[in-house]
Amino acid sequence: MRVQTMPYQEISAKKVKQKKNYENLHGYTFVAPMMIGLLIFTVIPTIISLLLSFTEWSFISGIDKIKFVGVKNYAMLLDDQVFLESLMNNLKLLVVVPVQMVLALLLAVIIDKFVYFKNVMKVIFFMPYISSIVAVAIVFQLLFHPSYGPINQFLRGIGITDPPKWLADIHYALPSVMIIMVWVGVGFCMIIYMAALQAIPKELYESAELDGAGAVRKFKSITFPLVSPTTFFLLVTGLISSFKSFDIIKVLTNGGPSESTSVVTLYLYSTAFESLKTGYASSMAWVLFGCVLLITVVQIYGQKKWVNY
Amino acid sequence: MKREINISKIVLTAVMLLVGLIFLLPFLWMISASMKREIDVFTYPIEWIPHTWRFVENYSEVWFGENPFALFYWNSVKVTVLTTLLSVLVSSMAAYAFSHIEFRGKSTMFLIVLATFMIPSHSILVPQFIIFKYLKLYDTHLGLILLGSLSALGTFMLRQFFLGLHKDYIDAARMDGAGHFQIFLGIALPLVRPALATYAILRFIWSWNDYAHPLVFIRSEELETIQLGIHKFASESGVYFSLIMAGTVSAIIPLVLIFILGQKHVLEGVALGGVKG
Repeated sequence: MRVQTMPYQEISAKKVKQKKNYENLHGYTFVAPMMIGLLIFTVIPTIISLLLSFTEWSFISGIDKIKFVGVKNYAMLLDDQVFLESLMNNLKLLVVVPVQMVLALLLAVIIDKFVYFKNVMKVIFFMPYISSIVAVAIVFQLLFHPSYGPINQFLRGIGITDPPKWLADIHYALPSVMIIMVWVGVGFCMIIYMAALQAIPKELYESAELDGAGAVRKFKSITFPLVSPTTFFLLVTGLISSFKSFDIIKVLTNGGPSESTSVVTLYLYSTAFESLKTGYASSMAWVLFGCVLLITVVQIYGQKKWVNY
Repeated sequence: MKREINISKIVLTAVMLLVGLIFLLPFLWMISASMKREIDVFTYPIEWIPHTWRFVENYSEVWFGENPFALFYWNSVKVTVLTTLLSVLVSSMAAYAFSHIEFRGKSTMFLIVLATFMIPSHSILVPQFIIFKYLKLYDTHLGLILLGSLSALGTFMLRQFFLGLHKDYIDAARMDGAGHFQIFLGIALPLVRPALATYAILRFIWSWNDYAHPLVFIRSEELETIQLGIHKFASESGVYFSLIMAGTVSAIIPLVLIFILGQKHVLEGVALGGVKG
């Protein structure tokens, strides 16, 4: 019996092996463009950047000029006022995220249930998100212009004789940038909240109504807890992308006046490509990466505790 | 009772439209300023409808005047369209493999793709720059296109859609002797067409709006994309605000068109993946 089945098993084992080879070969062929690309343009650069962060080097000089300096760059960052101020501004910018989310949830609830022309409204609030940041930043530069910008003309028109200088004023520049960021991002959060709202079963609201719950009560006991995964998701992605903001600040203020709106990415850019300090810029890159990593780790551990699924 | 509800709904609609209008004011101001004479740009109260029109003059000055806006535009169209096409191809191929082919090292590779998600693109600009120089991709459109085509996000998103395909379709085709290339092109891709459209539109928008990469990787003026061109134009010709506004309107128009045409796809894609480019 066993002897008889052997040849069959052998054939089938060979077939399985053939099939496996086929699958492997095709798997690799299909993922090759993506994997090779990521390797060359993301994975290797990440490793190089880590190595460079322990060196003193300028990329315009030859590779033989690389000087290993240990953690000196990281130590220098702790004494670098511009860097510390930039990092501080990054932390202040985080405020944008919750503000944006509260507004977005409010808009989403109202638009989802209580208005006509739902689709038109969605498009209106989403417009800033799809528009070119460069173009938007240039428009806001003019709108916020201290002397003849429409915003200050309006403020003077209603009797405020000495309106703020907005982007040109050290104290108002960062808040102005934050207002613009909220304007840009609120529609994005709103669309995601609306998707979450639509997933809540209607029966919950109906039975709450039977129990005599009012709108506020329904929001507190049903809507808010049931969109908490979305809230958490938006919070985490929002905090991470806030650390990465570059375009809007580069175009809007270029970090000025003084360093009042500088952020880590901007300082990294000018250190790397204007001051040509490659090693030093790389250490900033890794601090930035560390911040993103920290938020991600907190997310992985925090998720279970904070979120209602 | 029913009537009462409707009245409150009408009132809220009106309020929200007003809020929406305030939200749109920067755009409306930009469009209006782009069609005015320079001296009318900052008159107060704002002339929403220009008193004296300079629509044709402003736009033709921006497009065909001293600044090569038509060229910037062409560069952006070229880079964006090619990036989008290549990215859809590369991402959907990888997504197909990660969802329907059993190969060794699959989960490790997928983990690598997911891990690259987290790396902030600005933190690797310097080594990318060095690699670009080395591979002779610096100051070329090809470099931008290749870089833009590698999207972990796109792979992840499309994989979700491929996973949604019934495995039976693919198994049945495999039994009939179809190879993976045939199945990919003939069965899988046509079935996820709406997802491809969604991803393509989002990639188009992100690519068109990309500023940091062209800023670092492009040096020659004749290769500059619209985002670089308009920023330079705005900082150099700082006094012609009406022209600058004509430029910003031009930079946004393709996005608005694509968004309005593919609105359903964009909103669904964003809501589904919670994606952020």
